[in-house]
Amino acid sequence: MCGIAGLIHRGNTSDIGSEMTAMLQSLRHRGPDSTGFAVYGVPGPGEYVIRFKVAEQEDLATGFKIHHEIRARRALVDERILEMGGEIVAAEEATEYAYRYRVRFDGDLKRLAEFIEDVEGAEILSVGNALELIKDLGDATVVSNQYSLNGFTGTHAIGHTRMATESDVDIRSAHPYWAYPYNDISVVHNGQITNYWIMRREMERRGHRFVSSCDSELLAVYTADKLDNGHSLEDSLRQSIEEIDGVFTYVVATKDRLGMAKDTMAAKPMVLYESDDLVALASEEVAIRAIIPHEIDTYDPYDEEVRVWQA
Amino acid sequence: MAGVSDREHVSHDMGMHTEQLAGRTQQTFFSPEEGESFVYPDAPGVDFNKRAEFDAQDLDSNAINQKIRELMNDGHGTIVVKNPGAKHSLGVGILNRLNLIFEGSLGYFGIGLIDGPNVRIQGRVGWSCAENMMAGTVIIEKNAGSTFGAALRGGDLVCRGSVGSRTGIDMKGGTIIVGGDTGAFSGFMMQRGRMIVCGNAGKNLGDSMYDGTIYVGGEIKDLGVDAVPGEMDDVERAWLTRKLKMYDLLPDKGVDHFTKIVAGKQLWNYDNLEPTEKKIVL
Repeated sequence: MCGIAGLIHRGNTSDIGSEMTAMLQSLRHRGPDSTGFAVYGVPGPGEYVIRFKVAEQEDLATGFKIHHEIRARRALVDERILEMGGEIVAAEEATEYAYRYRVRFDGDLKRLAEFIEDVEGAEILSVGNALELIKDLGDATVVSNQYSLNGFTGTHAIGHTRMATESDVDIRSAHPYWAYPYNDISVVHNGQITNYWIMRREMERRGHRFVSSCDSELLAVYTADKLDNGHSLEDSLRQSIEEIDGVFTYVVATKDRLGMAKDTMAAKPMVLYESDDLVALASEEVAIRAIIPHEIDTYDPYDEEVRVWQA
Repeated sequence: MAGVSDREHVSHDMGMHTEQLAGRTQQTFFSPEEGESFVYPDAPGVDFNKRAEFDAQDLDSNAINQKIRELMNDGHGTIVVKNPGAKHSLGVGILNRLNLIFEGSLGYFGIGLIDGPNVRIQGRVGWSCAENMMAGTVIIEKNAGSTFGAALRGGDLVCRGSVGSRTGIDMKGGTIIVGGDTGAFSGFMMQRGRMIVCGNAGKNLGDSMYDGTIYVGGEIKDLGVDAVPGEMDDVERAWLTRKLKMYDLLPDKGVDHFTKIVAGKQLWNYDNLEPTEKKIVL
């Protein structure tokens, strides 16, 4: 089933960490397996925020050796960032196996990311000027507390509560997804893509990499590919309705935009609230109520509807 | 084989025949006397003048429904629920007369499986509102989600705003009235009843409908399989006018511009006679 949510403050910043936590917690019943956030903060000049992990949560139960291995893997990642000419400005430990680095770097970001992911168990969760992507097992409150998301200031965010149907319960299969080579892009999806393998093979032929076998990752790769080839976010969303089969409603965020698309069957829900300074959308109105308690007007977007908002 | 079509000849030759349904659905399940004052055995006797209200802000769906039950059992005939907060499955399974007012919005599956109450929702409703409703009146002041009035069997279901996709899917009776637009696949597999849309209708309107009638005041994106335009007569115009007037939704220009959509194909074994018991309930 899965629950998706998004919010964007127009021309303003807010505590989007707490807001998205409240929205996703109220969607917990749609999927308790994992929760993911993509939050867009205020970018630092010339800096990237890299969130990565070097192990899965379940690996911690495999014995004492893993703790030593995690430290060794992290040291290797640090070494590789320096080797590529990067400078680690700040390093935070979100959990024993997941980290948030602020890195000053002006080289080929894709090469840096690939070099890091070459380390055993390492996977970049997100890299971007504004984007930070947090995902782990558990409900929104658990993940938000674990990664200290409350108080995160930014302009927009998307989030996902997952009911695992197509792939495993692990961080790799949790949303949101991001993709090379276009940084600062993230996607959450509710539905099922039926031409996943055809589209995935096409994307792989074009040089894109997939880290999971979750069909939703395709939407992130697809969007990154479109944007990298000069299409606007709106064009990408519209073309996806033609080119991607299945039932889906998905939300995409870029550095300064939030967009949504609904498939031709309109089989997956979405409720939308729009005002001059805030847009909030979610699988259920109860999530919007979590941040806007007073009476509001909301509506369901129709089939093949595409919307894009600017921060 | 007089009165048998060419198509039926083929099935007769194969040893099959068209089932003669005439009379079967005329079976009377309730006597007219019972029909006038029919109530479920455990339906509480309520007094419309006895009014109660409560704040649902800190209650979950179960607790809100339980509270409505308790108030009905105490004889309250008018119940006001404040701050429903778009919670799911509120007001379901009410099988007696009641004036129920929600001061706010409902989530999914609101007011499902009801038989008799008059419900007013002063906000919006999520997916599958009034699913399987048997009788009564439900009025929604704002918009509604998809599968609005799914499998509706009777009563009037009114949304003053716009509704999502698949409105009246599988509906088997009653009337759905939409003040605004409706989404794709509205009237999908409709079997009986009437749907009135004052605004525009999305694609595949009336797809695979067996029977029933759809009236659209605005534009229709396209018709689904088996749905065809029908001709409206004066009786229907009068009925449309009366229904829309009743809910204050009659357009200034009247109903002459409405398009009527009906099923274009008679199903092999489908009996479109309105059952007698249905008339009693309604």
